[in-house]
Amino acid sequence: GYRANMAAPIDLHLEFGGGAELLFGGVKDHQVQLPNQAEPWDIRQLLVWIKRNLLKERPELFIQGDTVRPGILVLINDADWELMGELDYQLQDKDNLVFISTLHGG
Amino acid sequence: MPVVCSGCEGRPAVLKRPKTGHSLCRACFFWAFEEEVHQTVLSARLFRPGERVGIGASGGKDSTVLAHVMKVLNERYSYGLELVLLSVDEGITGYRDDSLETVRRNQQQYSLPLEVVSYQQLYGWTMDDIVRQVGRKNNCTFCGVFRRQALDRGAMMLKVDKICTGHNADDVAETVLMNVLRGDIARLRRCTAIMTGGGGVIPRCKPLKYAYEKEIVLYAYFNKLDYFSTECIYSPNAYRGHARAFLKDLEAVRPSSIVDVIHSGENLCVGVGVRMPVQGNCTRCGYISSQKLCKACVLLEGLNRGLPKLGIGKHQRLHDKILAQEPLSEKEERKLRAVDF
Repeated sequence: GYRANMAAPIDLHLEFGGGAELLFGGVKDHQVQLPNQAEPWDIRQLLVWIKRNLLKERPELFIQGDTVRPGILVLINDADWELMGELDYQLQDKDNLVFISTLHGG
Repeated sequence: MPVVCSGCEGRPAVLKRPKTGHSLCRACFFWAFEEEVHQTVLSARLFRPGERVGIGASGGKDSTVLAHVMKVLNERYSYGLELVLLSVDEGITGYRDDSLETVRRNQQQYSLPLEVVSYQQLYGWTMDDIVRQVGRKNNCTFCGVFRRQALDRGAMMLKVDKICTGHNADDVAETVLMNVLRGDIARLRRCTAIMTGGGGVIPRCKPLKYAYEKEIVLYAYFNKLDYFSTECIYSPNAYRGHARAFLKDLEAVRPSSIVDVIHSGENLCVGVGVRMPVQGNCTRCGYISSQKLCKACVLLEGLNRGLPKLGIGKHQRLHDKILAQEPLSEKEERKLRAVDF
């Protein structure tokens, strides 16, 4: 479908679970707004934004290189990000993203 | 453009399965996940009708999903099993007490009986006590050994015929790698077995042996299953962490790596002439052991004598001395007392 090239500010709901919330001050739910920019926001850029603005400690436990640390699952609107292009997925207003860590005992 | 489910070719897909690369919708994913566990149960003949089965439950993601799937399959396919929940309280403040809350909730939700056994009651030591004495480098050795025995003791108390645990494909693959890295041939040979025990020991099995951790987490998420998810506060230095990180990186490149490592482990043959330990019984407590003293007894002896390194590393020749209650030499004591925090 048609998608605007000019991005307006984007409102997102981010959720951190499976222990990942501990890196974000123990807070699971975050309502965020990404600022206006010329090119569309993608997840690659979102991760940089998260690292800079939300992560409270030990970034290496959440991010490895330009992607999430292996073992952290990402859902976009309740669907596996692997179905949506992973880092290349272009964020849309009101998207819901869930980051679930699997890196703990079961 | 949402991807369409390759199972029903109708509904939008919600995940891409690492095992097969198929994209499945919620309903097809639940069905595939449950069916595969069912096939594992059937082909490995894990259960017999009428058995009382203890589900090792920690409140974590794997055991919560295990309890749920066992209940579903027991009903759907009339396994004829009597299911109970079995929990071990290691005495880790702020970790285990919280996860046990989750197990109690699971007990309500699944209407299953629950038995909790604690290290305090079995050994007289909580993990908090042990870490205070031993430090944070080898504490996981104590916990793993003690928990195995604790599960057996709990199972005996509950009079179960069989135990099942939530070990998943990632866990088994990590264990194969760890045993290769440590040269532990005896464990390497045993660790991929889907059922162990028998011969006087309550058998235990792993119905989720081929289930990927990613799918377990998503199964729990989409089913809104309630689980506890914090890393044990004492585990950051555990050796398994290295194997896990390596395996996760491998999975990212080639998702089938996990079942492939298991496959390698299952098909390894021990060379002729390799000396393997012989299974016997601990002369002190009777538990199965390949040495005169089982690991738990050696570790406990170390704790009670203020020698925290007894049992870490190989000290077979000291077992005789301990059993005969002979004093250890000054040099031996000094080595066993040294602890790195």
